[in-house]
Amino acid sequence: MSKSANGDSFIKKLTGSKVFLPLVCLFLVILINVIKSPSFLQISINNGVLYGRLIDIANRGSEIAILAIGMTLTIAVSAGTDISVGSVMALCASCCCTTLVGYGVASANKLNYPIFIGVIVGIFVGAVCGCFNGFMVARLKVQPMVATLVLYTAARAIGLLVSNNQNTYVRVEEYKYLGNFIKIGKWECPIPTPIFVAIICVALATLFLKKTALGMYIQSVGINKNASRILGINSVLIIFVCYVICGLCAGVAGTVASSRIYSADSNNIGLNFEMDAILAVALGGNSLAGGKFSLAGSIIGAYTIQALTTTLLAFGVKTEQAPVVKAIVIVLIVVIQAPAVQNYIKNRKARKISAGGGEAVAK
Amino acid sequence: MRMKKLLSVTLAATMVLSLTACGDEGGSDANSGNNEPSSASSDANSGSSGSGDTIKIGFAQVGHESDWRTASTESCQTTFSKDNGYDLSFVDCDNDSATQLEAVRNFIQQQVDYIIIDPIVETGWDTVLQEASDAGIPVLIIDRTIKADESLYTAWVGSDFKTEGQAAGAWLQAYLEAKGRGDEDINIVTIAGTTGASAQIGRTDGFNEYVDANDKWTLLDEQDGDFTQDGGQQIMESFLKSYDDIDVVVCQNDNEAFGAMDALKTAGKTFGKDGDVIIISFDSTNAGLTEVLNGTINANFECNPLAAPYVEEIIKTLESGGSVSEKQVYMEEACFACDDTVDTFKTADGKDLKMTVMTQEVLDARAY
Repeated sequence: MSKSANGDSFIKKLTGSKVFLPLVCLFLVILINVIKSPSFLQISINNGVLYGRLIDIANRGSEIAILAIGMTLTIAVSAGTDISVGSVMALCASCCCTTLVGYGVASANKLNYPIFIGVIVGIFVGAVCGCFNGFMVARLKVQPMVATLVLYTAARAIGLLVSNNQNTYVRVEEYKYLGNFIKIGKWECPIPTPIFVAIICVALATLFLKKTALGMYIQSVGINKNASRILGINSVLIIFVCYVICGLCAGVAGTVASSRIYSADSNNIGLNFEMDAILAVALGGNSLAGGKFSLAGSIIGAYTIQALTTTLLAFGVKTEQAPVVKAIVIVLIVVIQAPAVQNYIKNRKARKISAGGGEAVAK
Repeated sequence: MRMKKLLSVTLAATMVLSLTACGDEGGSDANSGNNEPSSASSDANSGSSGSGDTIKIGFAQVGHESDWRTASTESCQTTFSKDNGYDLSFVDCDNDSATQLEAVRNFIQQQVDYIIIDPIVETGWDTVLQEASDAGIPVLIIDRTIKADESLYTAWVGSDFKTEGQAAGAWLQAYLEAKGRGDEDINIVTIAGTTGASAQIGRTDGFNEYVDANDKWTLLDEQDGDFTQDGGQQIMESFLKSYDDIDVVVCQNDNEAFGAMDALKTAGKTFGKDGDVIIISFDSTNAGLTEVLNGTINANFECNPLAAPYVEEIIKTLESGGSVSEKQVYMEEACFACDDTVDTFKTADGKDLKMTVMTQEVLDARAY
């Protein structure tokens, strides 16, 4: 999609932007909702906190958005997906809760350590898992899907071992802050905390990619690993770093998910989230073959998935049929963005112009 | 470079070893469980011979994944204790169906008198059950169901999820009448369990019979909460935005109820004993009953894990030369409420049920 420098360039710039199609898809999903019931966009203050479907989407989409950051990078750098993130989330949640209340405790009102230590342990475990995946992929050159399959299978099981096969409840008010609302004294923050966490993660990632050369290195390694190495880029290190970031993201998402339900439910936390994260990257218009990537697109993709889930709930689609409807919409979104369809539309336009104007327009 | 390679190989090896160690645990458990009684197996002749001897029982349990399961195991271990005249060999199959088949085959080889199975999977039992049948060993199935010819096993003991759902419907009817709301329009939402799970199907069918029978009741919506707290919370958040007036929330297990309560709290709705919204839950786990005690869940309907006493009764009948007429034995299940508005109530098919008012003593006395 080349950007033209002609007069009517604004629309061309807009439609040519990488995030244009993902944004259109997100708006379409929301538009359908608004047509069905105009109250969809309504946001009110209820019981001291913001209340509305849009808030739900932003809140519930946080984990997928955070995971999508890491997933975008691993896909860009190695053309491979990290399918372990969902399981790693569960492991991180288990480690976090077990650190806070002790091994084998099913429910506790008192903490062994301050909450931030538990959260740091959770995120650290995520980073360790990322290191393992990164080492397998970058150094041992194992195919990413096979390498991450190890933790996909093992992490959830290790999480169950850590939490002694039970849901570990942390019944302390402060532990709920990260996944719900922050309260300081009498004042309650009206915006759900996961939204802040997602914003911070995206901001950090953007800064890291834009202000350092990392973003460029990732693209160059993703496009051609050997050429990059010859140019002097340590491609092994770059791939490794991307997987560590992905693990960190899973750690953050895991602790947020655990804080939502103030417990570590190792069987269910992050279940199938890896698929949602991969889908978010794809919906964001990113190629799963690696190379160039758009972080913004992935984030929009993440919220599109959540908007879809919320839509199905709002429409009261029968539980048995919900996955089918979801699948149909996703197929449509993916097809609209498919390169073949895009080329077809472009060619048609070009032919129309050439037929109407009588002049041959190149491409 | 070579060092690093060595390191990676060692790492991978440790990983694999630790994985196999996990697997072994279950395996060695099974073996040790089986070796123990084999010393005594020499004097065992045919099945139900003497009444004075100890009765040898083999129990192949699913695993130990929840408090519910642990309670089920303990129930068997205390019922079939040495003092009661039983010799129980217990195998924890760690949710591995191959281990379970192996365990049952071992029981047959040891010529135990009875085999109890809580089947991990529904299918694939025909061959091994035939082997047990050929050896003349009665097989009792508990909790989960199997798909096999009924003649291959003696009986199944478990919960009737449909009855649980019906009990919830009947209680709600009685409760609303007692509160003088019998003529009011009642809006109900259901947070269902994982679609297709036997507990989901039974509880939905049972409860919806009462929804259909009551003209004043409207089932606004029913969504799948996957039996998880997060699922319950997310669906309740959505329900609250779709429907202004919700009178009753039916959660098909306790975890979903916890999530639903969090969502209601955030929306500023009151629920439970003196609240606007009536919450009904199933399972009656310890945490769930604690919420009943706190007055936040109105009623909780039990899913009984204590199958062993029922199994013992069947074994006693068989030992005394009787035969088991019913293939399906449903356990009695208690109902718990946070207040004494409804004491006893009748289901549509004429069964009398009793509500137990939740107190600390009742909670402490429970096995799980």
